[in-house]
Amino acid sequence: MNESPLIVTRDLTKVYPMGQNPITALDRVSLSFAPGEFAGLVGPSGSGKTTLLNIIGSLDVPSEGSALVMGRRIETLSHREAARLRNRHIGFIFQTFNLLPVYSVYENVEFALLLLGDPPAARRRKVLAALEWVRLADRAKSRPSQLSGGESQRVAIARAVVKRPELVLADEPTANLDAENSHNILQTMEDLNRELGTTFLFATHDAKVIEHLRRKITLVDGRVTADEELGPAVRAGQVGPASVPGGRR
Amino acid sequence: MLLKLALKNLVGAGLRTWLNVVVLSLAFVLIIAVQGLIQGMNHQAEQAMIATEVGGGHFQHPAYDPYDPLTLTDAHGPLPAPVASLVASGQAAAVLVTQGTIYPEGRLYTILVRGIDPGQKILNLPTAFLAAPTAGDEVPVLIGTRLAKMTGLKTGDAFTLQWRDARGTFDALDATVAEVFSTTVQTVDVGQIWVPLDRLRDMTGLPGQATYAVVANGTPAPAPGSAAPWIFRSREDFLSDLRALVKMKTVGSSIVYVIFLALAMLAIFDTQVLSIFRRRREMGTLMALGFTRGRVIALFTVEGLLYGVLGAVVAAIYGLPLLSWFARTGWAMPAGVDSYGFAIGQRLFPAFSAGLVAGTTLLVLIVTTIVSFLPTRRIARLKPTDALRGRVS
Repeated sequence: MNESPLIVTRDLTKVYPMGQNPITALDRVSLSFAPGEFAGLVGPSGSGKTTLLNIIGSLDVPSEGSALVMGRRIETLSHREAARLRNRHIGFIFQTFNLLPVYSVYENVEFALLLLGDPPAARRRKVLAALEWVRLADRAKSRPSQLSGGESQRVAIARAVVKRPELVLADEPTANLDAENSHNILQTMEDLNRELGTTFLFATHDAKVIEHLRRKITLVDGRVTADEELGPAVRAGQVGPASVPGGRR
Repeated sequence: MLLKLALKNLVGAGLRTWLNVVVLSLAFVLIIAVQGLIQGMNHQAEQAMIATEVGGGHFQHPAYDPYDPLTLTDAHGPLPAPVASLVASGQAAAVLVTQGTIYPEGRLYTILVRGIDPGQKILNLPTAFLAAPTAGDEVPVLIGTRLAKMTGLKTGDAFTLQWRDARGTFDALDATVAEVFSTTVQTVDVGQIWVPLDRLRDMTGLPGQATYAVVANGTPAPAPGSAAPWIFRSREDFLSDLRALVKMKTVGSSIVYVIFLALAMLAIFDTQVLSIFRRRREMGTLMALGFTRGRVIALFTVEGLLYGVLGAVVAAIYGLPLLSWFARTGWAMPAGVDSYGFAIGQRLFPAFSAGLVAGTTLLVLIVTTIVSFLPTRRIARLKPTDALRGRVS
């Protein structure tokens, strides 16, 4: 990896004050992600995956340590700067899709571009292209309530990538989907990663997602216990991973 | 974009939105209707007072205090030259006032006797009836319906009228009711009778004298002191008393105003609180997409403001024809409305001014915006991560 990293965390710690017994969600996590990675944070519930994703996505701030995302120090960003970073550089995909219910599929995808202030013609071109990527151009006028779970998640993906962000953060994107839809979704994201060079970072404990990852970071009780590069054969389940204990720091 | 999203959210909320809009539109229409009634009542009372009592103002004898009958003994004198000139040219009507007693059917009533020229055109009173010939030496008298009701007198009835002349001597004559007139202005009706001015001057031994002179409406105000020592009380002086009375009476209507507004605002507030509770995940999504908290607050506030705008539009759709009809047909006043204290007609016609409609609309929109904003302050403390999980910080 000669490119400068997209994300660097150093001794990232997040403690939630819960009365007398504060909970340490992240404990001195130090990681680095290069542009174009297709990586996943895996681990059991409560291991700190979503917390780490939220901090990288500037939705939360660390208690200690630092997170440098695209050259910006998350812990020092104001609300406005954090919103600007999310708006321009980061796409989010959620387990529950989080589509705006009153908007059509087209408008949901267009929403991200409206915030960027793109002109109408450019917006239309980008939205249609994004819907083509996720094979939902024919459902552009549908409402979220008229879509299946798989279709909803594909809309969420289109919304996340339509502004061509450098980074897409996906929190349990397949948790509410069946196997076939999960496969299709992941295939779509892999295609986007390959064709657009977008970095994808997942938080998941779904084996179907892990099969598609090229890098797997295991978190247990807020600590990185393994950071593994997964070759195609490994992802196919043929040989063991090329483990990098301690991860890339 | 905020406006578009807010509008979509409102339309998407369906029945909840329309219920709020209907409640708000009702508040709009009811507030305007009630305020219009008060304005109409005020306007009617003013016009009636001007037409039958005030005219364009009064030149008054310096000793005259309309609220103190004891001043009447001395409150008379020859008209100053400028006033006499106005009376001679028909631009003013002289009135002589004295105390008297009437004895209809053997009962006693203390009254004011007002003498006025039967040919006057200044006040809207049927004084021409005072010029009709009467049997013998009887004094023709004009009375209002309220006095007629109180005394049981009707047109053609005779009764004894007693008064004191300029030397303090009591005298009496028979009087005949020449006409019973109906008026909304109690101050020209209750407790008083109208007689021909010259006859009253003869009866009291005050030839050429008067207590006050009513100037025709529209006559330019005289220069201060131009008729000294007589005092000029302008039309506005008289109406200020009425307006003060109206203002006092409108306190009650203001309570109705506040109740209507509060009910509508309660609906908006409730909807906003519920919205913020139910739409936390949506707020989190908006923040993840790049909305700042301020922008989310603005979105919810704009949604609230749009309730007000939609309420105004819906109110205009059904309120304009309804209130126009109301303004044309008026509102029949119940019996006993006389006790309200000032001139109210049998039918009250509301007056809807552009200022009333614009002012009410503006006020409702401002209050709606404030009420919509108040619950959104909670969003300022909302963490995006909590919102995405559907929690309120």
